[in-house]
Amino acid sequence: MITAPESPAVIETNPFPHWFQREQAAALADYESTPAPTRRDEAWRFASLKALDLSAFVPAPEIASEGKLINASTGLGDFAARFVFGNNALVHHEAPALPEGVIVEPLDVAAYEHEALFRAYFMAQPVELGSHKYARLHKAMLTGGVLVHVPKNVEVALPIELFYWVEGENSSVFPHTLIVLGDNAKVTVIDHFKSADGARAFACGINDFHLGRGSQLTYAAVQDWSRDTLAFHLNSTLVGRDATATALLANFGGGYVRGESLSKLAHDGGRSVMLSMNLADGTREIDQHTLQDHAAKHASSDLLYQNVVDDAARTIFAGIIRVQEGESQTDAYQRVRNLLLTDDAIAVSMPGLEILNDDVRCTHGATSGGLDPDELFYMQARGISKKLAARLIVAGRFNSLVERIDNEALRDRLRAVIADRLGV
Amino acid sequence: MSAILEPTAKPQIDIDRSVGDFRYDVDYSYDAGVGLNEATIDYICDVKKDPAWIREFRKDAYRKFLEKPMPTHWASHDLDNIVFENIRYYLSQGTQASRTWDDVPEEMKRTFERLGIPEQERKYLAGVEAQFDSEAAYSNIKAAVGEQGVIFVGSTEGLQKHPEIFRKWFGKVIPTGDNKFSALNSAVFSGGSFIYVPPGVKVKHPLQAYFRINAQNFGQFERTLIIADEGAEVMYMEGCTAPKFETATLHSAVVELVALKGAKIQYVTVQNWSANVFNLVTKRGLAHEEAEIKWIDCNIGSRLTMKYPSVVMKGRKARGEVISIALANDGQHQDTGAKMIHAADETTSNVVSKSISIGSGQATYRGLVDIPPHHRGCRNNTECDALLINTHSRTDTYPTIITRGNRNACQHEASVSKVSAEQIFYMQQRGLNQGQAMSLAVNGFVNDLVREFPMEYSVELKRLIDLEMEGSVG
Repeated sequence: MITAPESPAVIETNPFPHWFQREQAAALADYESTPAPTRRDEAWRFASLKALDLSAFVPAPEIASEGKLINASTGLGDFAARFVFGNNALVHHEAPALPEGVIVEPLDVAAYEHEALFRAYFMAQPVELGSHKYARLHKAMLTGGVLVHVPKNVEVALPIELFYWVEGENSSVFPHTLIVLGDNAKVTVIDHFKSADGARAFACGINDFHLGRGSQLTYAAVQDWSRDTLAFHLNSTLVGRDATATALLANFGGGYVRGESLSKLAHDGGRSVMLSMNLADGTREIDQHTLQDHAAKHASSDLLYQNVVDDAARTIFAGIIRVQEGESQTDAYQRVRNLLLTDDAIAVSMPGLEILNDDVRCTHGATSGGLDPDELFYMQARGISKKLAARLIVAGRFNSLVERIDNEALRDRLRAVIADRLGV
Repeated sequence: MSAILEPTAKPQIDIDRSVGDFRYDVDYSYDAGVGLNEATIDYICDVKKDPAWIREFRKDAYRKFLEKPMPTHWASHDLDNIVFENIRYYLSQGTQASRTWDDVPEEMKRTFERLGIPEQERKYLAGVEAQFDSEAAYSNIKAAVGEQGVIFVGSTEGLQKHPEIFRKWFGKVIPTGDNKFSALNSAVFSGGSFIYVPPGVKVKHPLQAYFRINAQNFGQFERTLIIADEGAEVMYMEGCTAPKFETATLHSAVVELVALKGAKIQYVTVQNWSANVFNLVTKRGLAHEEAEIKWIDCNIGSRLTMKYPSVVMKGRKARGEVISIALANDGQHQDTGAKMIHAADETTSNVVSKSISIGSGQATYRGLVDIPPHHRGCRNNTECDALLINTHSRTDTYPTIITRGNRNACQHEASVSKVSAEQIFYMQQRGLNQGQAMSLAVNGFVNDLVREFPMEYSVELKRLIDLEMEGSVG
């Protein structure tokens, strides 16, 4: 059981300052007193609740194969910084091309050295899409994670690359990427979530993005946990005035994956692009909840989720576009496309709108269906096997999302990941 | 459309409302009193001379009603404002409906004449049932239609005189415990229609029911069961009004449709309850092989409407359709939608919903499309469009689409917009005032759906929408 006395919230070797340790202890108490989700909770309506049993999980031990993990942490050829965590501990970091003033630090260091930033932004946005309980657990258990801070008017040319590894049966990890951009700052960040072995594990990660005025964030996450891992990925993006956030979430691994993504557009002219590619096979379940929360003028959001469901797997998409009262000229778009490959595949779509203002243009769409027989036939007529043709079509859908990323190195990397995962 | 363009004096919104906003004092012979308990149910059974199985059915339903929680974990908290112990559950002057208007008690006859029901009957209806509070005051079917074997009577008469058909389907499409309000209806139901159309009979003209609430603090719980036998076709229309009272009124109907092989049922509703009525209705149809069920639903009145007409397509190539128009004005919440259950291969369904929110009105679309495991060739198309008129108008869309297997296809699209300033400007330039321009734009928004209604209703609908738009701008 992971809330045993050795949890960081209560142990003496906790790396965080005392004030934060007290918050962690409070978070742990909150976690324990918050009831687990039930079928009557709208946010958990279709989820396989029995997957949420945490009793088998234990605190992650020190990793055994540090060198192997570091060697396997390769992605981009050139990067501004690369951090590697193994079972919550920082095992490697290098920062060959960080401009002056840019902070990339482990959170426990940042809590001391950049306390004001840490206090102002760390989990400042409450988790409201159903996983409050697990967000509290994350805070209580946190030891690793990274703060990226790009000050005003600074542009980081090369991407920052972060690796979060888990190793060992029933290990628990709590990855955290906190990105704070000053006005007109610009950065590209990629997170890799990986299992060192095929063991079942528990991952409960949080991403917090805060975009200052006119800033630009390009973010990608490639989630490739082992096929039995229970994973939470809770993201929030707070978009500043005239700022633009583009986030692409790729879910290739995990057994039950709960994703929650909030984009809050509380400042005029903000823009958030929310993209996700999800490949569910076997009996895996990918359960995603999104909120495009508009409370400013001339803000726009654009969401496109591509789900591919194979074997007896399930995907759930529940998204809401909310336009608050009193704001205007909102442009919001939301689309989920489900491709079902077998007779046993299940895709649930719940694209929602809550509009409290008339001066809007909001649309959403959801489509579900199998492969187009004409497309398959076309490729088969040209000597491509049906199996490969299906994979090419899936790769095509995923790559259409990659095109929306405005960093060539990152695009190449993502295409390679997709090709690798699909075997095309 | 020409009515809108006439630059003459505009009718006031009050005129429209007053169509249904009047009441006559009626002496009720039967009154179950205020509140609900087992004794209330026994009273209703005694008055209606219910058979023993119905008494048992009602009591079982009452227990389920008590057990079920309010669905406020997803629905409006306004439901908590319903005080069940303040409601009168049964009021009538007798359980026997008259066959001629001459025999209808005077106050009721005056009521229906003022609403234009006898006139409509003469003009274009194949049969009419007029319900006043708990029981039908009038029920008649044209001789020619009756001779074809079509049965059109009240639910009480249906269960007493045609038990062999009634009992086979009653409560089978919507189980008692489907939801709290279907349980309540099952416990205290009275009135509503029972229709049976024999194999191959196509009823040319619509059958109509009109539901009138006259008494204050009253709950109307009609129960309708329509069975179209193999290859039969029927169209049923219902309308409803109530006067404006100080206190809330509850209308909670259960409507079950059964379309046997190749049959077609169209069910048209124009709901114009006064703005103090809670309208919580469960409507579901069962479509057998190659049968077609179409709900055409228009919600203009009520305080809170919760209504999601459903079609369970249980036979191959069955088809379901819902056409829905909702207009939510100040203080109103129209929570409407559709449910499509594709329980057989090659079933198809179509949902088109348009809503308009005016002032502080709130329109909600809630939908379900479900393709259970191992079916093929199922298709659904859903389109929901919402129009917002004022800055504090509200609209919500909550669809749920469950697709299983790779041989089916579902598509859902929704949009929310306002009337464009350019459109209004264009029309104003051509001499319309702002209100007229807005009215024309709104009518244009729903025009393609209004055309789906029978002609007499579509004219009425356009007029209602015009009137509701009055004073909404500026």
